[in-house]
Amino acid sequence: MKYIDEYRERTAVESLSKEIFSAAKKPWSIMEICGGQTHSILKYDLEDLLPKEISLIHGPGCPVCVTPIELIDKAINIASKEDTIFTSFGDMLRVPGSKEDLLSIKAKGASVRIVYSPLDALKTAEQNRDHNVVFFAVGFETTAPANAMSIIEAKRRGLKNFSVLCSNVLIPPAIEALLESGKSRIQALLAAGHVCTVMGYEEYIPIAEKFKIPIVVTGFEPADILQGIFCAVKQLEEGRYNVENQYKRAVRREGNPAAINLLNKVFERSDRKWRGIGLIPKSGYKIRDEYSEFDAEEVFQTEDSTAEESQICIAGLVLQGIKKPVDCTAFGKHCIPEHPLGAPMVSSEGACSAYFRYKRSFG
Amino acid sequence: MCLAVPGKIVSVDESNPDLRMAKVNFGGIEKDVCIQWIDDVQIGDYVLVHVGFALNKIDQKEAEKTLEILKKALPKISTKGKAFKT
Repeated sequence: MKYIDEYRERTAVESLSKEIFSAAKKPWSIMEICGGQTHSILKYDLEDLLPKEISLIHGPGCPVCVTPIELIDKAINIASKEDTIFTSFGDMLRVPGSKEDLLSIKAKGASVRIVYSPLDALKTAEQNRDHNVVFFAVGFETTAPANAMSIIEAKRRGLKNFSVLCSNVLIPPAIEALLESGKSRIQALLAAGHVCTVMGYEEYIPIAEKFKIPIVVTGFEPADILQGIFCAVKQLEEGRYNVENQYKRAVRREGNPAAINLLNKVFERSDRKWRGIGLIPKSGYKIRDEYSEFDAEEVFQTEDSTAEESQICIAGLVLQGIKKPVDCTAFGKHCIPEHPLGAPMVSSEGACSAYFRYKRSFG
Repeated sequence: MCLAVPGKIVSVDESNPDLRMAKVNFGGIEKDVCIQWIDDVQIGDYVLVHVGFALNKIDQKEAEKTLEILKKALPKISTKGKAFKT
């Protein structure tokens, strides 16, 4: 396919690998933020094309993984109610809550449906006026405008039976929290290309300056990722720490202003708990009061609860780049995609799932 | 979940100004995509699509520039391989 295949060309990828070999003089640790990039790195064995001095740290960029366990329990609670149809992206169904997951309550008879787009959830609401239709709006800045659009459209269409359980999280505050904690040895960052397609990259400039680290906005194909790493290594070797855009075909400095306006209209920034990491100030979106009739937490008045995580699972450390999935004693044994202990084994962006799919024989 | 796929606009339906839509072709498969946040969409443009929404147009000039940089680096390696495994 155009704009995909040419960035997977072996010759291009190998030549970029050589460029990195000649540019890297010292050992450097680079974090790729997005789980989609982690999957590309593992799928295409890109680490094998890097000098051993370059280590990649996998970041927290998996919205499914960081959705708090309490919110999963809340989703299960709502989905179990009578006359309710609960709609969600497929990735969320196997994510463990404190006792069960959405798939197991579906098996018991709850109406839980997988949708491809928030617009499909709206259509379900239009077709089932005698049911409450809830959409589990999980995602980073990439997905948040689509989630916001479902609320705007529900209002415009006068839908009274549609609401959204909102779990939208934001990347820059999480990066700052990770860098401030000093727990992982991040020296450069590959920023998530599709988050920046929506938001642009101006927010990253003060972060690069404050922590003196290069940040390279990077795409998802093998050549994109290696080019992003090359740009980061070059900056590190030269002692620079700028924000650079590798993914220029999709990302403009200002992002997509229409999508950003929509986000600001529907959501306001709020503190948010990240599963495995903890509370990060102003790292999430909550639905503004004027749209509260579409906020599932208001509609269903569910109570906040506290829930226990698995004692063995080290998902939190994996998400912060402190441990690799293969460091976990449960990896591939007690924890597999069909029976996950933690969310990173479930999601198509989770680091544990990437290692399980592509690197298990080395585990 | 931040996966977004480039596709080609094959037709545009702007009959609803609040929810402008397009048919987008992804290597042979066509899907309805909301193009509400994209200005000046032309048939033949490529857009980056995520959960049924176009996030941005692909900038063809910038895409070509990136490929030029990659091509310039190519003579440095002697063996030509097949397309990278997918």
